[in-house]
Amino acid sequence: MKPIYLDNNATTRVDPAVVEAMLPFFTEHFGNASSIHAFGSEVGKALKKARSQVQALLGAEHDSEIIFTSCGTESDSTAILSALKAQPERNTVITTNVEHPAILTLCDWLEKEGYIVHKLKVDKKGRIDMDEYRSLLHDRVAIVSAMWANNETGTIFPVVEMAEIAAAKGIMFHTDAVQAVGKIPIDLKNTKIDMLSLSGHKLHAPKGIGVLYLRRGCRFRPLLRGGHQERGRRAGTENSASIVGLGMACELAMQKMEFENTEVRRLRDKLELGLLSQITHCFPTGDISKRLPNTSNIAFEYIEGEAILLLLNKMGIAGSSGSACTSGSLEPSHVMRAMGIPYTAAHGTIRFSLSVYNTEEEIDRVIEAVPPIVAQLRKLSPYWTDKGPAANPEAAFAPTYA
Amino acid sequence: MWEYSDKVREHFFNPRNSGPLEEANGIGDVGSIQCGDALRLMLKVEPETEVILDAHFQTFGCGSAIASSSALTEMVKGMTLDQALEVSNQNIADYLDGLPPEKMHCSVMGREALQAAIANYRGEEWSDDHEEGALICKCFAIDAVMIEDVVKANNLNTVEEVTFYTKAGGGCAACHEGIEEILAKVMAERAGPGEVSPPPACPATPDAPKPPAKKLSIVEKIKKIEEVLESVRPMLQRDHGDVELADVQGKKIYVHLKGACSGCMMEAATLGGIQQKMIEALGELVQVLPSSHMPVEA
Repeated sequence: MKPIYLDNNATTRVDPAVVEAMLPFFTEHFGNASSIHAFGSEVGKALKKARSQVQALLGAEHDSEIIFTSCGTESDSTAILSALKAQPERNTVITTNVEHPAILTLCDWLEKEGYIVHKLKVDKKGRIDMDEYRSLLHDRVAIVSAMWANNETGTIFPVVEMAEIAAAKGIMFHTDAVQAVGKIPIDLKNTKIDMLSLSGHKLHAPKGIGVLYLRRGCRFRPLLRGGHQERGRRAGTENSASIVGLGMACELAMQKMEFENTEVRRLRDKLELGLLSQITHCFPTGDISKRLPNTSNIAFEYIEGEAILLLLNKMGIAGSSGSACTSGSLEPSHVMRAMGIPYTAAHGTIRFSLSVYNTEEEIDRVIEAVPPIVAQLRKLSPYWTDKGPAANPEAAFAPTYA
Repeated sequence: MWEYSDKVREHFFNPRNSGPLEEANGIGDVGSIQCGDALRLMLKVEPETEVILDAHFQTFGCGSAIASSSALTEMVKGMTLDQALEVSNQNIADYLDGLPPEKMHCSVMGREALQAAIANYRGEEWSDDHEEGALICKCFAIDAVMIEDVVKANNLNTVEEVTFYTKAGGGCAACHEGIEEILAKVMAERAGPGEVSPPPACPATPDAPKPPAKKLSIVEKIKKIEEVLESVRPMLQRDHGDVELADVQGKKIYVHLKGACSGCMMEAATLGGIQQKMIEALGELVQVLPSSHMPVEA
């Protein structure tokens, strides 16, 4: 049976039209865009077109605000380190405790280097407290960095509003929008967002290409110095084939935006409802009223996510989990912990993330496949009896932890 | 996804002896703080002979936790309690044809459940005898607690020394930052108020003779060499390796590396670690070499 891919927040398949657009740039258009000869100028023109395609999807005012990078992580690091370097009198970074490790690990390192990092807490639904946010903004804050949409739950932060509040206090605002770009409409020219990160492989472009949007007039220091590429803001020979691919992917995303927010959303809702109605003791995590149209994250209580994924994989279904075991870290997902989800549920969270390629038939198959898997694992669980969860699960099974 | 052996997969997809065991008379409930996994092991023990007649499990955990639990129940059935107490976590991992380093704690959890269940049968209080910390070195599965203990016990000061003593950091080098953090913490404690920090070049064993010490007789020297080798053997055996003395020629000590140690890519680091200990124990500069380097006799 054809495998079903529901892990599009991890990475996506490159669209065939994107591959087709890229191929000539490995063979006949292999030139270096910096060269004066015809080999180079062909590539230069293609990069210009791609830049305007990205500009259109982001709603940026100028195409020179688009800086091509190698990935979302590079864009994130560039943004935050630039803000600190360009404003040496400011030593504080404000972020949230549900960011992607691309931000959090960098911030942990910055703390060791002597900077001050404030991580905004979230409530049970993954929402931040705007009053707490306002209270933290002062003239030593170099930058605020908040994700547009959460990779695990799809919860959307009010970044447009947050950027306005920061701008009013003269503070730079960056958003890691790798999950949002291509899934929800973005119009940067009508916001106060100074910097935005995107990653090609999350929207059907290849891996290894990213973008940092940098508002005109925003103070900037490059991460990589060397050549004059990207106007000296990101040295290194352009990854021309991937840039062309990303341009094409952005154009396709524009065309499919409506479909994503109607049909993909409908399938996601059908999947979620189909599972919640059949399985007891499970619940969706995050702010389900304000989230990406393609993401559903469900916590199945009293069982563990990796075990669910292994059994799903056997049925040809690909998802992901916030359990500790799938990450090789010590704790279940920091996002689940930040929302106060109990361990016995956080370990059993499964994320289904759809794309425009998923079909109704696939969703029906998943709705059919999951309930027996959950039942099978619950039969093995010490928190579970043949009648349902043990009367008082925490008391019925209280292991000695070592 | 993890690289699980076929045996792990097989035990996960078809777990043996799962579910409650009504006639159980020894029950062990333990969890691993490492990942939140937890296991209930139920034993049915024949009182006269102390033979384990049946064993069941219930596990809240990942694929390898379930597979380790299943393997454990199969292994202990038919054993006496005393035999079962000899089962090590490595035995469980071996039964499953190995576990990924990040997942070794699943086998540790299995051994602990077994000890807890036996203690429960005997009416004893089971207490955990080891502490497991965050995994630092993924190449050799060395955790923070072990590194900290070794750093403290041997007064270590550098990442290189930690690698000599524990192997941690000897592979991909990704954990050097983590090891440095542990070193910084321990060294700060060592230099605590009123304490004088030992000079960085301080020998690892406090009673190591200071060169120039009185010259050792050849018998004394070989005894010391054997002592050092004995002290490192448990560490090597844990990784299915071993070492024994081949010959001593002047300042050159030749050893046979055996089992997994022979041909291991970490051979140089292993020998380096042994050499460091030899120098400390003998109080003179010596070289530790593999027996393959021995001069061919005429």
